[in-house]
Amino acid sequence: MRRWLFFAPVGLFVVLGGVFLSQLLLGRDPSHIPSALVDRPVPEFVLPGVEGRDGPAGFATADLQGSLSIVNVFASWCVPCLAEHPLISGLSEDGYRVFGINHRDKDAEAAAWLRRHGDPYTGVGADRDARISVEWGVTGVPETFIVDAAGVIRYKHVGPLTPQLLEDEFMPRIRALGG
Amino acid sequence: MIAEFGQFALTLALVVSLVQAVVPMIGAYRNDGPLMATGYPAALSQLLLTGLAFGALTYGFIASDFSVATVAANSHSLKPMLYKVSGVWGNHEGSMLMWVVILALFGWAVAQFGTNLPPTLRARVISVQGMIGVAFLAFIVFTSNPFMRLDPAPFDGNGLNPLLQDPGLAFHPPLLYVGYVGFSMAFSFAVAALLEGRVDAAWGRWVRPWTLAAWTFLTGGIALGSWWAYYELGWGGWWFWDPVENASFMPWLAGTALLHSAIVVEKRDTLKAWTILLAILTFSLSLLGTFIVRSGVLTSVHAFATDPTRGVFILAILAVAVGGSLALFALRAPALQSGGLFRLISREGGLVFNNILLALACGTVFLGTLYPLFLEALSDGRDKVSVGPPYFNATFVPIMIPLVIVMAAGPLMAWKRGNLPNVMRRLVWAGLAAVAVMVWAFLLHPDGPWLAPVAMGIAAWLAVGTLTEWADRIKLFRAPLSDSWRRLKGLPRAASGMTLAHLGVAVAIAGMTGASAWQVERIQVARPGDVVPVGSYQFAFDEVTEGAGPNYNYRRAHVTLLRGDRVITELYPETRFFPVAGQSTTEAAIHTTGVADLYAVVGEADGNGGWTVRFYENPMVPWIWYGALIMSAGGFLSLSDRRHRVGAPQRAARKPVATSAEIVPAE
Repeated sequence: MRRWLFFAPVGLFVVLGGVFLSQLLLGRDPSHIPSALVDRPVPEFVLPGVEGRDGPAGFATADLQGSLSIVNVFASWCVPCLAEHPLISGLSEDGYRVFGINHRDKDAEAAAWLRRHGDPYTGVGADRDARISVEWGVTGVPETFIVDAAGVIRYKHVGPLTPQLLEDEFMPRIRALGG
Repeated sequence: MIAEFGQFALTLALVVSLVQAVVPMIGAYRNDGPLMATGYPAALSQLLLTGLAFGALTYGFIASDFSVATVAANSHSLKPMLYKVSGVWGNHEGSMLMWVVILALFGWAVAQFGTNLPPTLRARVISVQGMIGVAFLAFIVFTSNPFMRLDPAPFDGNGLNPLLQDPGLAFHPPLLYVGYVGFSMAFSFAVAALLEGRVDAAWGRWVRPWTLAAWTFLTGGIALGSWWAYYELGWGGWWFWDPVENASFMPWLAGTALLHSAIVVEKRDTLKAWTILLAILTFSLSLLGTFIVRSGVLTSVHAFATDPTRGVFILAILAVAVGGSLALFALRAPALQSGGLFRLISREGGLVFNNILLALACGTVFLGTLYPLFLEALSDGRDKVSVGPPYFNATFVPIMIPLVIVMAAGPLMAWKRGNLPNVMRRLVWAGLAAVAVMVWAFLLHPDGPWLAPVAMGIAAWLAVGTLTEWADRIKLFRAPLSDSWRRLKGLPRAASGMTLAHLGVAVAIAGMTGASAWQVERIQVARPGDVVPVGSYQFAFDEVTEGAGPNYNYRRAHVTLLRGDRVITELYPETRFFPVAGQSTTEAAIHTTGVADLYAVVGEADGNGGWTVRFYENPMVPWIWYGALIMSAGGFLSLSDRRHRVGAPQRAARKPVATSAEIVPAE
């Protein structure tokens, strides 16, 4: 038996221990999740429309080219989404293009929800199995993205919008991007 | 006063463990009987002292002595008694204290019952147990003192994390710890054997029962934890490949491999270096599990005590224990001589195959768990990823499939040289059962994933193959029943234990497959009066009421479960709000039919009279826990085998050990 093989386990362990030690001493906070997609182009995707909803069918990468857009991830079963819905509608009324990604939802329920609470979206994509949400780095609903005219993600917010947040975080960025 | 008493006992235990670590080891080198004999009183006093400390902390919790910081931070006077007691180990300090109590228990057990061990081996094993004790007692005394006083004492405590206030979780940590710490025995035996320079069949025979006991408890502990996650977290899932779950699963995989390779050492006197390595790795993975949970290097829902000082301390323990034992292995294992030779197609061959695949499976889980950490270190903290179920499903499942296929054939093989055509002939029934179940599962769920019917077929193959072996042994249906009964009584319990454990695996696989592939999920907003169809059932959402429990307020939905026009049962899913912790928990309502669970969770109100509800039909889920129970039962049955009973008088004089490997000092 080759002797070096017997040294492999301890060698591997030394490497492992070194990594552990550096992680501990650098004291990084492992719960901090960076928005990996910020300042990157939006992922390539094509989503079908929500069946039963009026308006243009589907939502795809191409829709985000040309002018600034807001992308909102929502679901009919998500209560915080309902809470932020008036603010999303307000953005739409102010003339911004707002797209929706309907996350893990049933089309009929999503369509009914939009009929009941108002439909501010220029286009809604039905992401029934959350595949595209994963591409977008979505960790939960609701989430809202600002995408610039070149189709690059410029800001991401996790959780429901509040008037305060809209004023302090969203509007300055939207204005800076010339929206 | 009681707390100071506990503190004193704990400090004394540290001193005693130092004696236990040093004196018997010196005795073993000098072959000095009296020095070696100090191992027994040292191990016994360590058990008594750590037990006293644990008792003192338990008293603090029961009496709600909030001048003790641990009690104040984790208990509350309004908490039910069960959770006051389970609160003792529901926190960092107390759980580490429990860790050393169990360690001391095992150390004492080998001192008490290991009288048939060679004295030097026993002294060394006790000493290595003592060294582990020194490390962890020092860790507790210097970084996590459970008896720290608060002055002034608060009027009331902060309460136990509400998620942990659950009967399933009250017993999950003790079982898990008996498993984790139980593997320290295999580790101590391995290190002692390396120091001793001999590994022989007798060594395999001594190691097996300890490993089996640890494995049995760990199986129960993991199953209980998974069951808790299933009904308490309210996600309808039962395994999330979360770092802390993986931390308990890796020692289980390695321990399962160890269990099987130790058989080869015992019966065939070969695979020694590998078995020693597995013994070291299994316990190392248990330590790593402790490190991951306690240090905060990886976050997860479970990490309840994160502190870099503690992390560095545990890393130091890891470095000495794992690094030291692996270095010892590198230096001394090459000299271990292998005994019997065997063909590829043989019982040994099957067990080697089992070991390779289990090690591979453990390796993939290890990589998946630690990859985010490595990536982050290599990219200087810029890249963060999380590795989720898709990775584990894509790597782990393909490794398990051949393992389970061979698992049915392995026990039918003869030692040394198996007869493959003969084995295949005996597996005809298993093959037929597999095909029948595959077709049946496909017809029931034609649009489900294609892998699911295959996995169900493999489970049937394993179950029938295992039963075939057992039936052959007792000549069931081939001899008169009375003859079979006589044979069954003569059958070693370890053999029946193996049959049961393998059957348990088959049942659990069927459960996991059904639960992953055929779950029907409905998430929506429902108003009282709505009826939600889920699979072949209907959930009628009747009303929501509010009320108060002992230390929480609840919102309880009334859901009637129907199948067609027939009322099956009433379900009462709850959301509980714990004012002391300011935290809510979900209590899923589950109706089980034995082959499926109907699962209801009620969430938030939408303010317009509707509620977010989640209803599931989870086919086969109960089989996961049945399978784990059967596995544990197999473990216990096997442990009760006379041949495994540690210290039981031998029926016949033990044969002189045929081949034993003496270590030639390396030049």
